[in-house]
Amino acid sequence: MSETPSNGHGAKKTGEKRYWLDDMRNVHKLFWVLVALCALLFLSDAFYEKHVVFGFEHWFGFFGLFGFFVSFALVLTARELRKILMRDEDYYDR
Amino acid sequence: MIAEFPPGLLMIGGAVLVPFLKGNLRSAYTLVLPLLGILQLMTFEPGTFGAMTSFGFEQTHVRIDKLSLLFGYIFYIAAVLGALFAWHNDDPLESSTALVYVGAAIGATFAGDLITLFFYWELAAIAAVFLIWAARTDRSFRAGFRCLLIYMVSGVLLLSGAAMYANATGSVAFNNIGLDSPGGILILLAFGIKCAFPLLHNWLQDGYPEASVTGTVFLSAFTTKLAVYALARGFAGTEVLIWIGVAMTAFPIFYAVIENDLRRVLAYSLNNQLGFMVAGIGIGSTLAINGAVSHAFAHIIYKALLFMTMGAVLFRTGTAKGSELGGLYKTMPWTTGFCIVGGASISGFPLFSGFVTKSMILTAAAEEGYLVPFLVLLFASAGVFHHSGIKIPFFAFFAHDSGKRPKEAPFNMLLAMGLAAFLCIAIGVYPQPLYALLPFPVDYLPYTTTHVITMLQLLVFSGLAFATLQRTGLYPPELRSTVLDFDFSYRWLAPRAAGWLMAVAENAGMTVTSKFLLLLRGLIDRIFQTHGPQGILARTWPTGSMVLWAAALLALSLLFYYQ
Repeated sequence: MSETPSNGHGAKKTGEKRYWLDDMRNVHKLFWVLVALCALLFLSDAFYEKHVVFGFEHWFGFFGLFGFFVSFALVLTARELRKILMRDEDYYDR
Repeated sequence: MIAEFPPGLLMIGGAVLVPFLKGNLRSAYTLVLPLLGILQLMTFEPGTFGAMTSFGFEQTHVRIDKLSLLFGYIFYIAAVLGALFAWHNDDPLESSTALVYVGAAIGATFAGDLITLFFYWELAAIAAVFLIWAARTDRSFRAGFRCLLIYMVSGVLLLSGAAMYANATGSVAFNNIGLDSPGGILILLAFGIKCAFPLLHNWLQDGYPEASVTGTVFLSAFTTKLAVYALARGFAGTEVLIWIGVAMTAFPIFYAVIENDLRRVLAYSLNNQLGFMVAGIGIGSTLAINGAVSHAFAHIIYKALLFMTMGAVLFRTGTAKGSELGGLYKTMPWTTGFCIVGGASISGFPLFSGFVTKSMILTAAAEEGYLVPFLVLLFASAGVFHHSGIKIPFFAFFAHDSGKRPKEAPFNMLLAMGLAAFLCIAIGVYPQPLYALLPFPVDYLPYTTTHVITMLQLLVFSGLAFATLQRTGLYPPELRSTVLDFDFSYRWLAPRAAGWLMAVAENAGMTVTSKFLLLLRGLIDRIFQTHGPQGILARTWPTGSMVLWAAALLALSLLFYYQ
């Protein structure tokens, strides 16, 4: 099976080197490393004195949870916005 | 004498020679000029020169203080990076336009009065449009034209505002203006257009991604940051800017998530970063102003870096669309690495430049008690990591394998990206030299345990959200598409509304015209009836009746005079 490049800028060759990330098991590993990192950062709130201004910033793990949920909400909202805002690529050129 | 020479003119005058030079000599020339400019700035002492009187007003061509020097330095640094990145470029039009553009932005930065500012402001606008046109595509021509129209509005507003201000105050000096000054609102709007305020922003996402691979790198640095400088000079502490800035940080990130053209995603994230600076200027405390202008400094470098990496991808593969890319890390590892450094810097990871500058703005917002702005800025910080820190590198270099195996970027591009990446890390690791350049003394420690941990929590959890959304298939895929933004109003709605109005008017015109013609015909018929061959007034009347009429008139006048 060979793929033809769409624009002649070089294409995948058969039998080329397999990279570490080509193996999906490694991608899964990376995901779990990220989960572990999050857990560590979350728990680290127990080990230092927070110097912050607003009361809610003192909540345990506030910044992590805030980051997770707003990012999640951001993407899902943007996905819904697509239904209203997305048009064909040549929309303005017609 | 080089010290007393207006700094912008060095570049603008130097541009004249570009068409006469060729190949490496021309490239070297465009690199040496900004380096000379940096040397000149190093000889500057705070003060003014180039005073003159015109239109009855005292003008100051060059005003040197910490604020103008900071922007002068970073503009020259951006010009050096841009020249290095464009070393291979064999387009005298683009090279000379870029020099004029840089020079105009630097001239405006050092302008001590509104008339000089206006002159350079307009020159920068025209040069920017030519830089977009230098891509020589049909799309770039049309986008450049739209930019030109919007820039002209900004120029007219600035001139009108300056005239009102000068008329009322008797001075054209460019210092703090504020909204309450006569003409203040017009001047703020003029700056706001160039700073891509919400609803005035679309020229940015429209124009910049249509410029050439190298043109966009230049464009990303100057126009908007000149506006940030002008706002910091003229409107520091204007509270409405906090809310404008906050809105600017928030809404572009939704677009950045669904936009497919990765250079356009970067334009949206540029808009979002400007929001942080505008909010900082609005807060107006010394910490906030320091934060805003240092963030502009760091931003110019990492944004140029990100545009360079996407430019390199476009240069090698012929596209910058997320839907067409993926897996490029295999053959463009250096570009991938530099892109990740740019992404980490814009996201504000500890040890990268955005961290030591943006955190000042966030801290200032909290210290001044702005709760809602603080939360929105925090949301936007997570959002910017999402689309610039993750989406850009992920969809270009990783994601699904597009099968494209382009060569690594040319050496000059790698050198420019490497230098920019080095500066991003250098500022992040050792911010003191940048802090020393800031307009106010810095009493701020970026690397406290609280700052580092809370920022890492925000970012890494945001990354976890991305990974989760990817694994669950909830993340919207990159699709070839156009996403409607406010430019819909003038690119689609207005032309159609105008067309509709014209049709209605034409219809109404037809009705009016036909009615008028009927009326005219009636009149002509009537005249024909009375004056035509058979008309009563056209008859040859006998002399007798003439005498009769004369007698009747005489009798009438006798009657009147006898009373």
